[in-house]
Amino acid sequence: MSVYDIIALAVFLLMTTGLAVLLGGYMKMVFSGEIFFLSPVIRPVERGIYRLCGIDETKEMFWKEYSLGFIIFNIAGILILGSLQMLQGMLPLNPQNLPGVKWDSALNTAISFVTNTNWQGYGGESTMSYLTQMAGLTVQNFVSAGIGMAAGVALIRGFTRREAKTIGNIWVDLTRSVLYVLIPLSIIAAVLLMSQGVLQTFHSYVTAGTLEGGKQLIPLGPAASQIAIKQLGTNGGGFFNVNSAHPFENPTFISNLIENFSILLIPMAFVFMFGFMLNNKKQGRAVFLSMTVLFIIGLSVILWSEYKPNHALTGSGFYFTENMEGKELRFGVPWSALWSQSTTSTSNGSVNSMHDSYMPLSGMVNLFNMGIGEVIYGGAGVGFIGFIFYVILSMFVVGLMVGRTPEFMGKKFGPYEMSMSMIALILPMITAVILSAVAVSVQPGLSGLNNPSSHGLSEILYAYFSCAGNNGSAFAGLNANTVFYNTTLSVALLTGRFATVIPALAIAGELASKKIVPESQATFPTTGILFVIVVAGVIIIMGALTFFPVFALGPILEHLSLNSGGTF
Amino acid sequence: MNILRPEFIKPAIKDSFKRLNPLMLMRNPVMLVVEIGAIITTAVTINNIYDGLDFSLALQVSVWLWFTVIFANFAEALAEIKGKARAESLRSTKNQLEATRLTAAGREEKVSAALLRKNDIVIVNQGETIPGDGDIIEGTALVDESAITGESAPVIRESGGDRCGVTGGTKLLSGIIKIRIAVNPGESFLDSMIKMVESAKRQKSPNEAAMDVLLISLTLLFLVVVITLPAFGRFMGVQISVPVLVALLVCLMPTTIGGLLPAIGIAGMDRVLQHNVIAMSGRAIEAAGDVNVVLLDKTGTITLGNRMASEFIPAEGIDIQKMIEDSMYASLADETPEGRSIVVLAKKELGIHGRDIRQPEGSVFIPFTPESAMSGVDICGMRIMKGSMQAIKNLAQKEGFTVPDKINDAVDHVSMAGDTPLVVVRGSSVLGVIRLKDIIKAGIANRIAQLRRIGIKSIMITGDTHLTAASIAAEAGLDDFVAQAKPESKLDIIRKFQKQGNMVAMIGDGTNDAPALAQADVAVAMNAGTQAAREAANMIDLDSSPTKLLDIVEIGKEILITRGALTTFSIANDVAKYFAIIPAIFAVRYPELGIMNIMKLASPESAVLAAVIFNALIIPVLIPVALRGVKYSVISVPALLRRNLLIYGLGGVILPFAGIKALDILITLL
Repeated sequence: MSVYDIIALAVFLLMTTGLAVLLGGYMKMVFSGEIFFLSPVIRPVERGIYRLCGIDETKEMFWKEYSLGFIIFNIAGILILGSLQMLQGMLPLNPQNLPGVKWDSALNTAISFVTNTNWQGYGGESTMSYLTQMAGLTVQNFVSAGIGMAAGVALIRGFTRREAKTIGNIWVDLTRSVLYVLIPLSIIAAVLLMSQGVLQTFHSYVTAGTLEGGKQLIPLGPAASQIAIKQLGTNGGGFFNVNSAHPFENPTFISNLIENFSILLIPMAFVFMFGFMLNNKKQGRAVFLSMTVLFIIGLSVILWSEYKPNHALTGSGFYFTENMEGKELRFGVPWSALWSQSTTSTSNGSVNSMHDSYMPLSGMVNLFNMGIGEVIYGGAGVGFIGFIFYVILSMFVVGLMVGRTPEFMGKKFGPYEMSMSMIALILPMITAVILSAVAVSVQPGLSGLNNPSSHGLSEILYAYFSCAGNNGSAFAGLNANTVFYNTTLSVALLTGRFATVIPALAIAGELASKKIVPESQATFPTTGILFVIVVAGVIIIMGALTFFPVFALGPILEHLSLNSGGTF
Repeated sequence: MNILRPEFIKPAIKDSFKRLNPLMLMRNPVMLVVEIGAIITTAVTINNIYDGLDFSLALQVSVWLWFTVIFANFAEALAEIKGKARAESLRSTKNQLEATRLTAAGREEKVSAALLRKNDIVIVNQGETIPGDGDIIEGTALVDESAITGESAPVIRESGGDRCGVTGGTKLLSGIIKIRIAVNPGESFLDSMIKMVESAKRQKSPNEAAMDVLLISLTLLFLVVVITLPAFGRFMGVQISVPVLVALLVCLMPTTIGGLLPAIGIAGMDRVLQHNVIAMSGRAIEAAGDVNVVLLDKTGTITLGNRMASEFIPAEGIDIQKMIEDSMYASLADETPEGRSIVVLAKKELGIHGRDIRQPEGSVFIPFTPESAMSGVDICGMRIMKGSMQAIKNLAQKEGFTVPDKINDAVDHVSMAGDTPLVVVRGSSVLGVIRLKDIIKAGIANRIAQLRRIGIKSIMITGDTHLTAASIAAEAGLDDFVAQAKPESKLDIIRKFQKQGNMVAMIGDGTNDAPALAQADVAVAMNAGTQAAREAANMIDLDSSPTKLLDIVEIGKEILITRGALTTFSIANDVAKYFAIIPAIFAVRYPELGIMNIMKLASPESAVLAAVIFNALIIPVLIPVALRGVKYSVISVPALLRRNLLIYGLGGVILPFAGIKALDILITLL
């Protein structure tokens, strides 16, 4: 790895950050209902939607109403998307005449897309009709991200409002995030991606003759539009099975940059928006820095371990200074590593290289990123939510250590906020760990494995961590399209989604009703470097304490035995 | 009080075994889980003995797990016994008392003080001990409160007014008083205090409840980590025995803070009592640590309470001697402190000593009335009056004389300096102006500066004019003041500050303070105050010292800091314990993982044991810290956090590495 690679990565991250600040300011205007340059164009559409759906946009909701809206919308989404898949054989826009999807896979896919995870137990091109992809999956790509952002905005309102009962209107927040943020950005991204040669067609699949004289069916489809939103909305569900490693999804170095940028953009912007909405830019910056510290640590570990020679191959007569297995030559190690760190830190889950083929410690970083709940920038809205739970936990300990009832942004925390935060932090974690333990203990779980021992353990862990974190990326090497995996992973998916969002809304409702304590000399300054370090430290410690034993058996053991020349 | 006194240790040890009863441990879920773990490993030991298997590790783990619970129980019992001893020593004086109760028919009867009920009327004679908390309804008394306050100077309590409250257990030095008892048996302040140091009856503060949530969540998390470990182990071909699993669980769980948490709360209450403050709840003390606004009465808190004459300014053409003399006559019969101070100053100025001053023949005292706002003397028809400028102006208008401009200037001059001008008039001629000065208490400016340093704004409330208030506020270094406040406006001021999100503390004693005390987040009533004030408050200051708040704030903060610091320490400890136990479990099957045995512990058994023993022993080692509390110091908040993170965070990571290694060496030697 050269200095130029490091400079290029740094420049990329800085530019992304700069644009995220701008977008954060824009999103603040959107969610505060301000009037700005796009209003004349979009506002009439927005009003039309409200009239069509009978929504009173001035009506504010209590947190319980907001949560009910969230739950109903998610369940309705699951039912619709599930039926669409099972019935696609009888529906139009199906040039390949693909049959209906089996119930367990349909259920898993429906939950996965509705929870903004986009875990795919199937191969997209060989399973889903164009109608299912567009009317089902693509719609969910927008609204699952949109409603996640809505929940995040509601949580922010908990901090900005004082002695209020309500936290906003979920339908308005959802509509605005889709109309003002996701659709315009997706259009820009899709056009840019098409300029790089990403496919956008309704043509049926074509057959090509191969060099050996065989025949190969080449799947096509309206990919560009779906890829734009899959990256922007931290969805990650590929149009094609190999996701963004596929040349039709991600053909060039430039398209790779655009897509990686899109993965990070909204999660980063959300953090800055938090600062803007609080009227406290410094707070947004401090949260961003804390996340960035963790991002850089993770990226460094991945780069370091991918540039270490693989001892298993040194004897083969070749000498590798970098691990290129599972990576596309057009991206190389640095940009594959950056993507893998980006996609697991945010809850995106798309891949441009195969994580299964990474060095063990890189895989451990990915597992860690997902295991802590994907809070390093995090998913659209929900990643930020997860981070706030850690902030509450950190500020609880900090508050006590400086002799104050714990508080953040002038809002005091009591047993209620602590209960909700701990539920949200722990439930997805323990669900992932318990389900992984079940999977390594029962035959249906073990039969999906292609690799034994440490690596197999990592593959199973990866699947459950990915689903409980609502990430959606896969370690591959595990055949997860079975009834056992489809159902257990669905449990992880639902826990990851609801155990994060509902407690967040409860906290929002509770905090909104509280006063804002003015800052004094006795208040811990939450915009300084100490805050950045403490929160990052708490996240690392919580993750490390939870995952240490199982990581020791998985990636760490694999790493150590690889170093001593062994394989499994 | 030395915590290692044998009379505390022995019953505490006995108690620690009694508390092994799981029903009693229910209140402390972390320790309950440890006890269940101990029961499981004990069962495994017995089973292994029965089956003739190796039982030494299981036995040793069991023993140390039982010790972990006992040590935690000991900490709690010790704190409780110590706190109770202090409270009981106050109460014991009271229980052996006899009281003279007035029956409805007006007869006197002797009853035990313990049987007195609310609204009973008792008579206390000179030299007797006051049998219960109450209000004086008749008589004036000199009371020795040293039994509860340690302050030897006796205090005056009298019926009516704001100083009618008396506390059971104090001694009447002179006078005969009738007292209306204010509380039923078992409801007095001391009784409630005793309840607060008994863990079973103690109500947890919100911070403590939140802390419980954290500890239970972490326990649950580690429970899952440990319970799932055999499954992952089996997949990797590693068998893990039950005692080792239980040992791992107990080591990871926050047992250190879980074991010491009740002791910290009880010891906090005890420290408050040490400062002669009786708190109604732990919540009130912890809230004190959050206070950012404190309301202080000017009179009695910031100033000595009484204005003192400091200067005579004669009007033009009036002889100063004459003016002083007349001012003195006008004040001779005036029993107010101001009046007396005028006489004192006049005597000094005139060079008169002793009592050789007599009221002139035929003089009649004209007392102060709210209508006239003046007082003075009528000497054979010639009236010498003194009063505020406004009152004298009113008089001038009525009687048709004018107040000279020079007097107006003098009055303004005195007011500008923040002092109170008193105008003296003889008949229809204005004699001059007396300057009354507020005397600020010694050391108050320093205390207020300290309050500011810990982030608390002090606001003075006074009925004085704006100018007077501003001058005193400046002199005492207050952040703000409210002038011309009526007693009722205290309530509004508190509400206003609370509305802005502040936590407001207030110190009061009068009956008209009661609503404001009830509204304040932290309300300290003077022990000398009225029953109404004491009931509305959530703390009683036995010393009636208005600046006691500073101590309470510090104790409140120390309780929280101790909890936070020990939690951090407890969690930081887990790092070393992982590095001891994980290689011990896995390195036999996977020697590569032996690299994680960075402490180079001798054997898997000794590693597990060393971790468990360290985990158990750290509890008694930290008992002094829990009982004394982690010291709060007035430094910047980030500096305080850095210090505590360094000591309890970093220290918590490093110490167990050394401790476990040392224990491992010991175990291998034995």
